[in-house]
Amino acid sequence: MNDWASLLVPGVSAAIAAMAFATYLCRISGYFLMSVVPLTPALRRALAALPGSIVAATVLPVIERTGLVAGFAILAALGAMMIRRSEILALAAGLGVAIAARAWGL
Amino acid sequence: MIAHAALRQHGSLHDPHALAAPRVLDASPPFAQNGAMATTDESPIVTGAGVLHGMRMVAPALPGVVVFAGAFGAAASAKGLTLLEALAMSTLVYAGMAQMVALEAWPGFWNWAAVGSLALLVAVVNSRMVLQGAALQPWLRAHSNGFNAAHLMFLTDANWLMGSRYHAEGGRDVGVLIGAGVALWVLWVIFTLPGHLVGGLVADPKRYALDLVMPVFFAVMLVPLWKGRRAAVPWAVAGLVALVASRLLPGHLFILCGAMAGMLTAAFSPEAAAGE
Repeated sequence: MNDWASLLVPGVSAAIAAMAFATYLCRISGYFLMSVVPLTPALRRALAALPGSIVAATVLPVIERTGLVAGFAILAALGAMMIRRSEILALAAGLGVAIAARAWGL
Repeated sequence: MIAHAALRQHGSLHDPHALAAPRVLDASPPFAQNGAMATTDESPIVTGAGVLHGMRMVAPALPGVVVFAGAFGAAASAKGLTLLEALAMSTLVYAGMAQMVALEAWPGFWNWAAVGSLALLVAVVNSRMVLQGAALQPWLRAHSNGFNAAHLMFLTDANWLMGSRYHAEGGRDVGVLIGAGVALWVLWVIFTLPGHLVGGLVADPKRYALDLVMPVFFAVMLVPLWKGRRAAVPWAVAGLVALVASRLLPGHLFILCGAMAGMLTAAFSPEAAAGE
């Protein structure tokens, strides 16, 4: 992000600028499109299912690639989250299991 | 009317930022009852007191934001982003889930296709903001488009949720929405810093499981999002499609494919499947 010219070559700065622009469009478009595009029940259902779908689509292939350690870590974190509903605790439990598993050579 | 329908349906649509939000609202009496700022007419209202109140509403969300921003900073460091790049991303993009997904899909080689697919990925992750913005329109329309376009930069799950509840309870002061959004933004940027610094100190990120911060944090989000088995069917479809796509397609297109498959499944499933 040192100078504006770095935005004109594909790289980290350009990517951050593009992501920022895409996100800003998402932020303002609902307000501006409201009167133009009808928000159908199907579209609403699709958007409601989106966060969980993104999580599943991101995490499952990561587990497949990283192997048992990722699977154990995520199971431990999910268990902790279900019991205590604390993100800090769940993250600690998941990473703790992964660190221990790797120290054991898994 | 649409705003209320969307509020009912999307109470679950939030980043970990927002996880603590219901506690805020349960713990304090509804601000709307504080007569000075709660009027029922359609005239535009923005007050400094409203901004301050919005900022105070954010306080109980602090631990969640700190942990999430710290996790992003550490994950960014593990992916090789410089501190300045991580801070720029938090400042300009300001969307936790999207930033994490982008890191997971971070390319090793840059060309315009890589830049474009990251932007597209971020847009898909953030498409819920379109709905949130649409739901706010009846409240915001009394103000000028320019003013709304400016403060919507700070729209995020938590301030949307807090603002929507405040408005549903009869509040009209847009300052509450803006104050909460700005406070969350400042916290998000500030706490990216220690995460990156701590992550950068670690020579072997894998040994300390820093490569798993993102997937673990993500998986944990499924717990508060859980609305029963039927609502989880699109998630299962998304996961399976992503698994298959990750073998067939280059890069991280599998995230897009999976997310789209989940959305389509929900769109074409009966009403009850959306978790209503």
